[in-house]
Amino acid sequence: MDEGLRSELQKQGVFTTTLEELYNWGRKNSLWPLGFGLACCAIEMIAASMSRWDLARFGAEVFRPSPRQADLMIVAGTVTKKMAPQVVRLYNQMGEPKYVIAMGACAISGGPFKQGYNVLKGIDRYIPVDVHIPGCPPRPEALLHAFMTLQQKIDEEQLTGAKRRRHLDAEAPSEFPVPQYGEHDLVPANNPDVWKVPKVTRG
Amino acid sequence: MAADNSYLPIIILLLAAVAFALTPLALAWLWSKKFSPRKPGHDKNAIYECGLESKGDAWVQFRAEYYLYAIIFLIFDVETIFLLPFAVAFTGLAAGAFVAMMIFLLLLVEGLVWAWQKGVLTWK
Repeated sequence: MDEGLRSELQKQGVFTTTLEELYNWGRKNSLWPLGFGLACCAIEMIAASMSRWDLARFGAEVFRPSPRQADLMIVAGTVTKKMAPQVVRLYNQMGEPKYVIAMGACAISGGPFKQGYNVLKGIDRYIPVDVHIPGCPPRPEALLHAFMTLQQKIDEEQLTGAKRRRHLDAEAPSEFPVPQYGEHDLVPANNPDVWKVPKVTRG
Repeated sequence: MAADNSYLPIIILLLAAVAFALTPLALAWLWSKKFSPRKPGHDKNAIYECGLESKGDAWVQFRAEYYLYAIIFLIFDVETIFLLPFAVAFTGLAAGAFVAMMIFLLLLVEGLVWAWQKGVLTWK
């Protein structure tokens, strides 16, 4: 529908919408996070869900204890290599459509523990992350900002066409390979479909 | 007329309640047919256990001794529920009802005797 006609109708008190908009509107305002925290960032996440920051304003206060009921995974904290397979498996067990917020320096890159032998250098090596939040730990405001960013992303999604999301595409994979404990490291060290080793060029 | 269909509002409410529950399910089913293809997988269908792979079988056997608790519960708890109205309405009861109640009591007392003989009532 033409935007001009639409705003004209809106002035007359007639609201129009599309199925796609309605779908996105419904989803973005009922993002239920999976209730789990990995490290200190989880404390900030809990604070964000409590009365002072009140995540309920975004329809996301219902932290679900089961991945079957959750839409959003907030990876809050350091992902150790011991924990990484479990996080990926939980992500696989969530129902589509699902989203990931990587919260804090550790979840996005390994953070202050990046040099540690047992720390995964960012959960985006194994699962597709929608929003990254830097900070150590990020304040609840940063998490709220990430929420709003994610809501904007959802709002722009398409139901059909080439740019539609993974779950609407019959060809796209529904699961991501769970890493195994290898002799020295996790095998594979990353999922090449979602993350590629960045090229370092020295000039 | 009024007495005939006095249940009509309840039936209408019942139908509305069933429709209220089934319509979203039907809509979700239609939606998934139209837009969202089914993509089951090994992990996705696996038993949820905090992200760990489940080990063993959930179909375990319970000890048969719990049967004793069930029967003693019947004797001392459920029997009381029936005995109280029986006692209240005792003077107005027909002979058939009295006999029926006695048979019911006999069945439970039989259980009590059996449990007593087994030594379940002794605190050890």
